[in-house]
Amino acid sequence: MSATKYESQLREPLVNGNKTYGQVTQDIVHTIEAKPTRLWYIGFYISVALLMFGAYSVYREVTYGIGQWNVNRTIGWGWDITNFVWWVGIGHAGTLISAILLLFRQGWRTGVNRAAEAMTIFAVMCAGQFPIFHMGRVWMAFFTLPYPNTRGPLWPNFNSPLLWDVFAISTYFTVSLLFWYSGLLPDLATVRDRAKTKIRKHLYGVASFGWSGSTKHWQRHESLSLVLAGLSTPLVLSVHTIVSFDFATSVVPGWHTTIFPPYFVAGAIFSGFAMVQTLMLILRKVMGLHDYITLGHIEAMNKVIVLTGSIVGCAYLTELFMAWYSQVPFEQDIFFKYRIAGPYGWSYWLMMTCNVVSPQLFWFTKLRRNVLFTFIMSIVVNIGMWFERFVIIVSSLYRDYLPSSWSIYYRPTIWEVGFYLGTFGLFFTCFFLFSKYFPVIAIAEIKYVLKGTGESFKNEMEGLETKQLDAFVEEMHHGHHEEGTVKIAHH
Amino acid sequence: MALKKFVVGCFEDEKVLFPAVAKVRKAGYKFHDIYTPFPVHGLDSAMGLRETSIHTAGFLYGLVGTTTAVTFMTWVFTKDWPVNIGGKPNFALPAWIPITFELTVLCAAVGMVLTFCYICQLAPFVKKHTFHARATDDLFVMVIECGEKTNEDELKALLTSVGAQEVNTQIAEEGWWIGRYDQEQSLYKEPNIA
Repeated sequence: MSATKYESQLREPLVNGNKTYGQVTQDIVHTIEAKPTRLWYIGFYISVALLMFGAYSVYREVTYGIGQWNVNRTIGWGWDITNFVWWVGIGHAGTLISAILLLFRQGWRTGVNRAAEAMTIFAVMCAGQFPIFHMGRVWMAFFTLPYPNTRGPLWPNFNSPLLWDVFAISTYFTVSLLFWYSGLLPDLATVRDRAKTKIRKHLYGVASFGWSGSTKHWQRHESLSLVLAGLSTPLVLSVHTIVSFDFATSVVPGWHTTIFPPYFVAGAIFSGFAMVQTLMLILRKVMGLHDYITLGHIEAMNKVIVLTGSIVGCAYLTELFMAWYSQVPFEQDIFFKYRIAGPYGWSYWLMMTCNVVSPQLFWFTKLRRNVLFTFIMSIVVNIGMWFERFVIIVSSLYRDYLPSSWSIYYRPTIWEVGFYLGTFGLFFTCFFLFSKYFPVIAIAEIKYVLKGTGESFKNEMEGLETKQLDAFVEEMHHGHHEEGTVKIAHH
Repeated sequence: MALKKFVVGCFEDEKVLFPAVAKVRKAGYKFHDIYTPFPVHGLDSAMGLRETSIHTAGFLYGLVGTTTAVTFMTWVFTKDWPVNIGGKPNFALPAWIPITFELTVLCAAVGMVLTFCYICQLAPFVKKHTFHARATDDLFVMVIECGEKTNEDELKALLTSVGAQEVNTQIAEEGWWIGRYDQEQSLYKEPNIA
């Protein structure tokens, strides 16, 4: 044993197994080239069936009007906006992983960022449906856009948080799509250049935009990714902040609080990471990607879950404290009479258990690294986060300042539930198609971190024991690019 | 754009590639390009490429977005159709911050991606000559253009000596054209040289 060799006990390799570049390509691309498995077909058809049911529910809503739902005065937002906020929140993890973790130089993001970004895009697609169809006369949805019209022109109210939402969600969708697709280009080119059938070669040729792998293009690509990451970071924070403004700028007790933006953003990341876990654990199992989505990745994401879960827990307690401390009777009634107690008390305690209590189990390393436990927890967290939005919306709206407008117990209709199930159909249909036709792991990025963190790098470190230090440093200097993102190594 | 002659050397390891790049440069050859399956950091400076300024373009697009948002909302609410919303000021700058921010990000991102595609000649149906199919898989493909004075054999020998696994000569289009990847295509027919 030599004293000079140091192997980190904290950081494990990001890619398991002693892989070559060729093997990485093979491992990730072969699922695109092979016929889908039976499991894939089953999942895909279930998703499509859900999507059809959703489409029929929406058809009823559009044809017969909002009366198809049980939303009422005063619970006008009901399930619909609950679902909207839930899906937008889920969308946040993708951008967080691809942008914020890129800026923080977290190498482990490379294994999961591609699928997480795809998840973001599909989740935002689902989210967008809800406010659009909630308008009732959906064919007039374009009225929200500031275009020169024959009514004056009459412009939308730029001071309204609901309009900010239109801008935030559409910008978020566009930027995420661009970020995702620009990252996909090199990997689609990899699929194209390996393609054996003519049709695949042609289609991936079109989709990869003629990417060649030129050094100059890579240099620009890196710069583009870094700037897009830099733009997406404040963007992702702004989106859920603006969603929370929909609530916070109102005067409804339980909504009118300044804690909402950070509380919503933390909740969004929390639920988003849970959804990433759900999807990654399935992908990992179905596609045999154990070497790329390692226990280390799962543990890292669980750490984010326990952190954000605790922040969310703090926010819940702060709300309760502020309701008491403010001495505003309406605030106090909402929290202490109608939220933690009252007819909807069960949903509050469900939320508390799922979001605050259960994630604390992730303080145990054994549980963080347990695949089955993580999978169950990821679903528990998302149930909890759905109920968080339900609690915020319903339990604030059913009792307000005027007792005469207090509404009856709210239950959704089958078409309201159907719409929600339909977005699950949309989400998973898209995700199944994505997992079949696109590289689910960023191939080029994995290759980039491969030698710096893989087994082969460790083996090379053995050289330290036999070689002179100077010679070793010289060799490493020429051979290995620096760990990091865009800055050029000095030669 | 025309057909040109290229000498192609393929490397399997970036550790071999870096010294090779330095030696080929020292010998006075000019790279047409090096095609790599992933971004190899430091390769651009080793090849003598200048830094990209695409981020500056992004900044300018962002400014365009900011200016558009602020001037448009100001015009709408103070000139075109001033509305009295609860007696609040028409020029409500703090309330416009969200939309201004979103539009800044949107313009910067869309503008940068379009610029990126334009300067790298990337678009659907665009085709470029593939020097080696494994350049997007696991090979680092160094391509050197042959001028009139280039001694092809000497260059090939040099590439082999610096560690290229596979060396060959190709005659190819140097730019891009509209085409399909599943078909062999060439932009121009061989000119009839008498």
